[in-house]
Amino acid sequence: MKYEPVIGLEVHVELATESKIFCGCPVVDSVEAEPNIAVCPVCSAMPGTLPVVNERAVEYAMRVGMALGCKIEPVSIFARKNYFYPDLPKGYQISQFEEPLATNGEMLIETEDGEKVIRVLRAHLEEDAGKLTHVEGASLVDLNRAGVPLLEIVSQPDMHSAAEARAYAENLREILRYLGVNSGDMEKGVIRFEANTSVRPVGTEKLGIRTEVKNLNSFRSMEDAINCEIARQSKVLDEGGEVDQVTMGWDEEKGQTYVMRGKEDAHDYRYFPEPDLPPLKVDDAWRKRVRADLPELPRAKFERFLADFKLSEYDAKVLVSDRAIAEYFEETVNNGAKPKAVANWMTGELFALMNQTEVSIDEIKVTPKALAELISLVSEGKINKNTAKEVLGEIFKSGKNPQAIVEKKGLAQVSDTALISGFVSSVINAHPDEVTSYRSGKTGVANWLFGQVMREARGRANPQILREELMKQLDG
Amino acid sequence: MKIKDLSLAGLKESLSSGEMKSTELTRFYLDCIGERETDVNAFLHIDEKYALAKANSANCPNSPLCGIPIAIKDVLMVDGMPATAGSKILEGYMPPFTATAVKKLEDAGMVIVGKTNTDEFAMGSSTENSAYGVTHNPWNLDRVPGGSSGGSAAAVAAGMVPVALGSDTGGSVRQPASYCGISGIKPTYGRISRYGLSAYGSSLDSIGVLARSVADIIPVFKTMVGKDPLDATSVESPTTPRRLPDAESLKGTRIGVPKEYFVEGTQVEVAGAVREAIQEFKKMGAEIIPISLPHTEYAIPAYYILASAEASANLARFDGIRYTQREGADTLAEVYNQTRGKLFGEEVKRRIMLGTYALSAGYYDAFYGQAQKVRTLIRRDFEDAFTKVDAIATPVAPTTAFKIGAHGDDPLSMYLEDIFTLPANLAGVPGLALPVGFDDANMPIGMQLMGTRFSEELLFDIGKIYQRETSWHEMKPKMAR
Ligand SMILES: [Zn+2]
Repeated sequence: MKYEPVIGLEVHVELATESKIFCGCPVVDSVEAEPNIAVCPVCSAMPGTLPVVNERAVEYAMRVGMALGCKIEPVSIFARKNYFYPDLPKGYQISQFEEPLATNGEMLIETEDGEKVIRVLRAHLEEDAGKLTHVEGASLVDLNRAGVPLLEIVSQPDMHSAAEARAYAENLREILRYLGVNSGDMEKGVIRFEANTSVRPVGTEKLGIRTEVKNLNSFRSMEDAINCEIARQSKVLDEGGEVDQVTMGWDEEKGQTYVMRGKEDAHDYRYFPEPDLPPLKVDDAWRKRVRADLPELPRAKFERFLADFKLSEYDAKVLVSDRAIAEYFEETVNNGAKPKAVANWMTGELFALMNQTEVSIDEIKVTPKALAELISLVSEGKINKNTAKEVLGEIFKSGKNPQAIVEKKGLAQVSDTALISGFVSSVINAHPDEVTSYRSGKTGVANWLFGQVMREARGRANPQILREELMKQLDG
Repeated sequence: MKIKDLSLAGLKESLSSGEMKSTELTRFYLDCIGERETDVNAFLHIDEKYALAKANSANCPNSPLCGIPIAIKDVLMVDGMPATAGSKILEGYMPPFTATAVKKLEDAGMVIVGKTNTDEFAMGSSTENSAYGVTHNPWNLDRVPGGSSGGSAAAVAAGMVPVALGSDTGGSVRQPASYCGISGIKPTYGRISRYGLSAYGSSLDSIGVLARSVADIIPVFKTMVGKDPLDATSVESPTTPRRLPDAESLKGTRIGVPKEYFVEGTQVEVAGAVREAIQEFKKMGAEIIPISLPHTEYAIPAYYILASAEASANLARFDGIRYTQREGADTLAEVYNQTRGKLFGEEVKRRIMLGTYALSAGYYDAFYGQAQKVRTLIRRDFEDAFTKVDAIATPVAPTTAFKIGAHGDDPLSMYLEDIFTLPANLAGVPGLALPVGFDDANMPIGMQLMGTRFSEELLFDIGKIYQRETSWHEMKPKMAR
């Protein structure tokens, strides 16, 4: 039988605040920092300590909620989710349960069949747990991550293929990075997925029994795990069986999902309202303030780039894929360069240099102003395109001003007609056979001669003047 | 006058005048502790060196508390002193910080002499649940001092300190104050920061003060109040607190007497003494108004469900992973089971089980949810009552201090001791306990005055006038005379 997959995603997003969500500890790099370097009595759950909500974390969550078109609830409630584990110091996680901060949003994704709306059920704040490392005969607890703010974004089961789920996830990552609330650094686990997958016979409405795959840390493993579940569940149904409602893990090496626990072993988290935190209230003024600071989002920027700069869809898409790149582009345009030329230089030479050296747009030494200057040197005919590439390479290395490089290295394009005429004369004198050949009708030889003159001029001759002088002497 | 008979103001006066040094004052109390502690067992930790050093360095002429000794209930954190909360599971634990309320007192120059005994994690009404032995009532060593702040109450009653801090989740300041014949305040919820108070029932816990008189409570209370950035549930005090219209009498003051608090089952002498005190109020000019708090009888089940539910989560951190003892075992589950099974006492385990059950899937609505509804009704009872009266007068507890072991194997009968004190915690309103007489066995009787939120100052005014006209608060057990 043919089955239609039904997929919902839960995305856990670390919010890139400076301090943890309920204490003053700094948020440190989860990979590089020394274990337990960012720990205090509150996040290690010493008796008598109390949580206090980091307003910055709330604002970051509000940004995401707003970007997804969610309602920001005027009152939301923190709750205690109770379970024992050594990486959970209090023995409960503070999370939002029945009354989350943001509800009912949506996101537009592109699919093979065109654009599609994925509904977002809710987004709620919670704290991360610490990290356990198992060594020979012991387990080590690192609480650096305990209390790092997390936003859990829950979609409706509106996706029908792993590719759609991936598009949703990638889109979400782009938005998060735009909002400045998450680095998008997947290797560091700052975004983690849980995929809920079920299948049903094509054409039917009733949802099948779903499984939940936890701890998916990359787009790839998420996509693979969903595909694996679709295939597995379809096979179970084809064989006349029933899908079990289970919580699963993902074995990266085997490329397989495996059962972590069944329905009967489901945790009873005994949620109840967190008595240490009053209801979280967001008034109109606060909401307005956060909304006012919201950056333009990728989709809106894309449309504006098409309309204002007459870019191709391809260029616009590439340029808005990263907020810093889009801002770099606009700043370069604001420095007087033509949008189309900026797009070409960026997506061509500049990105190539960045790829070769593995540096990001934030780190490069070429300022938007320098790139704009370089582009105008070309358009004003002061240097030609090949020279410009060379100069860009130089700016990329040294960060020096393009004009200065051109002057210092004597790279300026030669537009002196008399000088160019001299180069032409010496080439013509040196190659009598080719000249004869041209004059006998093999006009194609002119291009070869053009190249010889340019070589003589060490590539710096103004090509237009060169061509004119060459034709004048050949035809004259 | 001798030190033992001086009020805090009197002590401050003799320190300020240079008549006495604060080291001498501290030495005096340390000697009293040395003399009586074997009988009373009020303290879990006494730090003479720390106290004398603090007394020696106290330099705060403008503070009314400068150089005055105090004892701290062991559920409160003091940097440099162990904190056990009366539990084996915290034996040897040294907190790395000081509770906000205690810090404010230290900043005001108070001298901490030690930590007092408590029922384990403040769960109990007698200190019999302490893992470190019961505290004895200074009025009769065969009897309990009440609880859970029994160590603090006994220490004050025995003259071992002039004032002490306690905590009150369901009566744990007021009931021991009553049993020991002293005064005690359970403030409005949130008025004093809970930061540094080992949590029992977070939505009910208040830090309170125990002293011989209301006048002695006031400066300590005033020093601790206010919003604390470390406690999100703490609140700023009103700029103009409610006071009596007339500082000299109770004219114009309406005092409510709820019928639900004068019912069968209360010791006859207790009800009699409280009624007499109410007659005193009338003589002082108060209007006495019969009122009803109709949901009082549901306070006990609601309280034991809510407090236990919160406690079941609050005590989850004592898992043997990060601090103090860990019982060795092969699996993680066994580490938890062994550590918590061996090191928690019976009453604590009972309440953790009760609370866990009340929050479980399928039972939540019937227990936790229902108890929250009752809590709302009880709160409304008080709101209604305070539209008619300024304060409510009741007994603190149905009986005077009972004999050690009296409730032995029947925890439920002990829970009933809290019936008159629980409602104030559920409603978040303040309650003041005042000594108002003695029973036939010469055990003290306490009266409770409850007020609307933030009306502590008004309750203090009433209490001060009462104590000006009566002398119950001046009575001392033999060992302290
Ligand atoms: Zn911390």
